[in-house]
Amino acid sequence: MTDVADPEAARTAPASTGHEAAAHPPTTTGLTHNKVAMWLFLGSECLLFGALITTYMFAKSRLPAGEIGPNDVFDIPFTSVSSFVLLMSSLTMVLALSALTRGEERTFRVWIAATALLGGTFIAGQVYEFTVFYNLGLGYTTNIFGSAFYTLTGFHGAHVTIGIVMLMSALVASLRGRLSARNAETVELIGLYWHFVDIVWILIFTVIYLFPQ
Amino acid sequence: MTQTQSAQPEVPAEATPPDVAADGDDHGEHHDHPSDRQYVKIALILGGLTALEVFTYFESVHNLGDAAIYVVLIVLMILKFIYVVAWFMHLKFDSVLFRRVFVAGIVLALGVYLVMLTAFRIWGV
Repeated sequence: MTDVADPEAARTAPASTGHEAAAHPPTTTGLTHNKVAMWLFLGSECLLFGALITTYMFAKSRLPAGEIGPNDVFDIPFTSVSSFVLLMSSLTMVLALSALTRGEERTFRVWIAATALLGGTFIAGQVYEFTVFYNLGLGYTTNIFGSAFYTLTGFHGAHVTIGIVMLMSALVASLRGRLSARNAETVELIGLYWHFVDIVWILIFTVIYLFPQ
Repeated sequence: MTQTQSAQPEVPAEATPPDVAADGDDHGEHHDHPSDRQYVKIALILGGLTALEVFTYFESVHNLGDAAIYVVLIVLMILKFIYVVAWFMHLKFDSVLFRRVFVAGIVLALGVYLVMLTAFRIWGV
């Protein structure tokens, strides 16, 4: 039993993760370093994608008349389905974390696998979209729009791919018995990353695809 | 007391003591994380908002004019962003420190956009 009035007990109390996890050494903020580091990383990622989206918007506005542009290549119904798939992967991600914190490891595996599958579907859609665009005549160096578009969506796709690798790693760790409610923070951090790539796509979908061209 | 100190039963997160950090933070309020049912409700709202966004793509809505469509899309985008960050990323429930770090990143990103805007529109780069 931990006596909260006991200074020694308070000193050795685990830092908070938002979920009850493995014991961590005490920190000055009372928060685990891993989680603080993840939020700092995500804050810095805002700058990266902010710069890429800004670059795209200015590149598109400088596209010479007559050159291949968004109106010639975008397929909004198709991208809408991809966006919905990625959005729903955020739901399966939180359900995976929720199951793990309850100690339901089998359910966790189902939801984490579903998240990876939805992420893979999104990436497959992006590869298909890039292929179609290329066949329509929009290469990376065709014009300023092509360069900015492929750089922005390519960076996002790379982030999703890294997320899928992390999800699969968590699934393998769980199958090997190395992941349980006690180290749910690991999955929470993966989840934060995954939701971040989702909110970046929320911005990209609206600003790049849906804004009137 | 028959229970040994090494025996640590698997306890659901909901049954654990309140978050040390959130309680220790004057600005942070801790609540239990949402239930699965609440997560599904949020996802349905997000799906509905996405459907509304896509609806603006169709010709019949274009009578409203580009300015109105921009406003509608930006509002819907911000709503979706807030729902995911607040509920799925738990910023609504976690320490206020995380919120500040993330908002700082967003403000800096908007700063980058505004600086570029002045460079192109005011300074004529």
